[in-house]
Amino acid sequence: MSDILLRAEGITKRYGGILACDNVGIELRAGETHAVIGPNGAGKTTLLAQLAGEIAPDSGRIHLGARDVTDLRAPERAALGLGRSFQITSVFREFTTRQNVALAVQAHDGHSFRFWRKARTDAALIEPARAMLDRLGLGDRAGVPAALLSHGEQRQLELAMALATKPRVLLLDEPMAGMGAADSERMTQLLSALKSEAALLLVEHDMDAVFALADRITVMTYGRVIATGTPAEIRANQVVRDAYLGADEAA
Amino acid sequence: MERIVTIAVLIALAAVPLLASVFDAPFYLDLFGRVMIYAIAAISLNLIMGYGGMVSFGHAAFLGLGGYAVGILAKEGIDSGFVQWPLAIGSCALFALLTGLVVLRTSGAYFIMITLAFAQMLFFLFTSLAEYGGDDGLTIWTRSDFAGLIDLNDGASFYYLIFALLLACLGISARLIDSRFGMVLRGAKANERRMQAIGFPTFRYKLAAYTISGAMCGLAGALLANQAEFVGPSVLHWSRSGEILVMVVLGGMGGVAGPVLGAATYLLLSYFLADLTKHWAIIMGPLLILVVLFARGGLLGLLSGRRAKTDAP
Amino acid sequence: MTALLLIEQTLNGLQLGVMLFLMSAGLTLVFGIMNLINLAHGSLFMVGAYCAALFLEWTGSFVLAALLALPATLLVGLIIEIVVLRTLYERDHLDQVLATSGLILFFNEALHLVGGAEALYLDLPPFLKGQVKIIPGSPYPLYRLVVIAVGLAVALGLYLLVTRTRTGMLIRAGASNRTMLSALGVNVRLLFTAVFGLGAMLAGLGGVMAGPIVSVQSGMGENVLILAFVVIVIGGIGSIRGAFIAALLIGLIDTMGRAFMADLMGLVMSHTAAQTAGPTIASMLIYLLMAGVLFFRPQGLFPPRGR
Repeated sequence: MSDILLRAEGITKRYGGILACDNVGIELRAGETHAVIGPNGAGKTTLLAQLAGEIAPDSGRIHLGARDVTDLRAPERAALGLGRSFQITSVFREFTTRQNVALAVQAHDGHSFRFWRKARTDAALIEPARAMLDRLGLGDRAGVPAALLSHGEQRQLELAMALATKPRVLLLDEPMAGMGAADSERMTQLLSALKSEAALLLVEHDMDAVFALADRITVMTYGRVIATGTPAEIRANQVVRDAYLGADEAA
Repeated sequence: MERIVTIAVLIALAAVPLLASVFDAPFYLDLFGRVMIYAIAAISLNLIMGYGGMVSFGHAAFLGLGGYAVGILAKEGIDSGFVQWPLAIGSCALFALLTGLVVLRTSGAYFIMITLAFAQMLFFLFTSLAEYGGDDGLTIWTRSDFAGLIDLNDGASFYYLIFALLLACLGISARLIDSRFGMVLRGAKANERRMQAIGFPTFRYKLAAYTISGAMCGLAGALLANQAEFVGPSVLHWSRSGEILVMVVLGGMGGVAGPVLGAATYLLLSYFLADLTKHWAIIMGPLLILVVLFARGGLLGLLSGRRAKTDAP
Repeated sequence: MTALLLIEQTLNGLQLGVMLFLMSAGLTLVFGIMNLINLAHGSLFMVGAYCAALFLEWTGSFVLAALLALPATLLVGLIIEIVVLRTLYERDHLDQVLATSGLILFFNEALHLVGGAEALYLDLPPFLKGQVKIIPGSPYPLYRLVVIAVGLAVALGLYLLVTRTRTGMLIRAGASNRTMLSALGVNVRLLFTAVFGLGAMLAGLGGVMAGPIVSVQSGMGENVLILAFVVIVIGGIGSIRGAFIAALLIGLIDTMGRAFMADLMGLVMSHTAAQTAGPTIASMLIYLLMAGVLFFRPQGLFPPRGR
């Protein structure tokens, strides 16, 4: 049990008449990369938002390590080591690339009721930010406003910010969204290099990336989990093939 | 460019007492003193609005509360500025803290309206305080007394006190927005959800900013009451909140100096237009519209030839 | 005695309520669909009242003046939409606040020039002047009943327009999801202008009907404007139904509060204390209500779906 970092049980979320999540359960083990796949509208992003603490589930419990975090909000879960990136790139466009990462560092460097010293020249923020950018290959773009980065670079920055919070568990919402083949390949390499650092829960449509990265896969349709297993098991699962993969491969 | 404009405006403001005495026009001390007081109020609003994205349509509440703190104490025979001013600032900070707990739950247009609601409540409260002037307001017979340290009855001394406080407020807000605290505030304006996801409990930082802003505006209120030797419900009428807001937008929210520029332009323009014709508003109105249509980013944006920065939604 | 007073105050409250609804209907649609904060909506209320007063002087007929004032207000509304507001739809709320407060300054002063410094009065024609005995022994001004009736009729008409017609469907679609409109291939600009014109005319109608009750003067629109904002925020921005319910709620609570608060408080505290505190609380009541509603429902009572 102790190697389960994130566990959700019986997660149900209803919007009006629509069941976005119906009794969803998922486990993320230490050192694991776990992908959640499924057609659009399957409730994957809603699930992620509930795991991150942005939306409260109608019922169900969420544990981070041994701790029940169901009633904690996003910042508190982040402080406990839960990081996340967004499907729609949400970097701070006016800040430079370095400032973006520095802000993420700042979030985990004590409180921010510090009113006087300039954050821009604060070595405690800048140095870790620089190191993180170098590691993700964005070092030479550090001084550029994030708005001017290419789409692929912004996705990398998105990841850099999530990593800078030193998460034990990282929730990634379509990290490859909108990327070309080359960028996608690069991101896959980046993510596989992260395995030793954090357990990854990945929502993704890019099946090449999913099958390359994932140790286990959970398949959702219409708000329900229809299968969980290793990539090989999922590939062989008739229900999954009928509901989802089959159609995908035929196309 | 912003720096040059700021320095030029500050030098001009510093020279006003000299010019007023050379041309024997003490009235200008009053006029420019008022400009600087409103500049402080506008700086305080810009702090939460320009950098925190919190559009308050009730900031005059703090102007009035600060003023009434001075007025009520004066009426009760407590003239000392060492008591009056900290109480003015403190009561505004407290009011901001308590109302902030409620208003910061909302956002966007709802935030605008709920700040207005609290200001309106104070407006009606002071309107009905018959012992303290009610509708008619309260005349302040003696200005705050600083035990011989500075004499507010001396025009130039009072003027330079306001000037010094304006510089202090400018300095404080410039440091604040570049500090770690300021980064959180600006980040929350751009994308609050993202800030929470990387671990910032944004609510408490916004509440702190709202409180600081209220306190700073309370100082402006204490100054205004002393300068006018009067405080009345008109000081916290909603149209006054609108005026402070207009000053900030007019000046431009991209820098700390924008509100100073906006307050000066708005007050001086309405003063000189009023001198020209009593129907000054018929010129002022279209001027404001032209600024919006053709000078995005306010006067500061216009002067530095910079396009307004807009956040992607 | 108290029952009579209660009925009378209820009618007064209803009358204020429908008046607020006329103002709020346009405001909430313009805000909800075009995402425009129009502070000058109160100016249109004032324009309506002024037009009615001036046309009355000119034609001598109240009904004719009222009928002429509506297209006149519509015209003024269309002009400001085309000249100023149209370019503001894509701007942020602050630019809209700045520009529309410029419009307020302009209109207040312009009507000051046109109408003179003195307040104008709209005299009612004899057939609207009488009193009606709703229940024996309690006369009530006929005109106020007419106002209530007209207001309710307009509300019904709007309800039918919004729920039963294609235009209404587009309006509802726009209030809940703006981008959907252009996806449907609608001429958005024309729809916006039409909605704004409709809102302007309703505000004008409010002004015309308020004319005989309050004095017609420069700046008369602003206090109504603030109340109308309170209404649409409580009702949920973009919701006609919310605006209607909130308008009646505000009208009744404000009127009742002013009439009975002091006496009610007298039940639990000393007479003098109640007589001082009562009116204060009464005037703060609707703002307390708004703060309370927003505390529990940050999007108002009836937020349009799908935001």
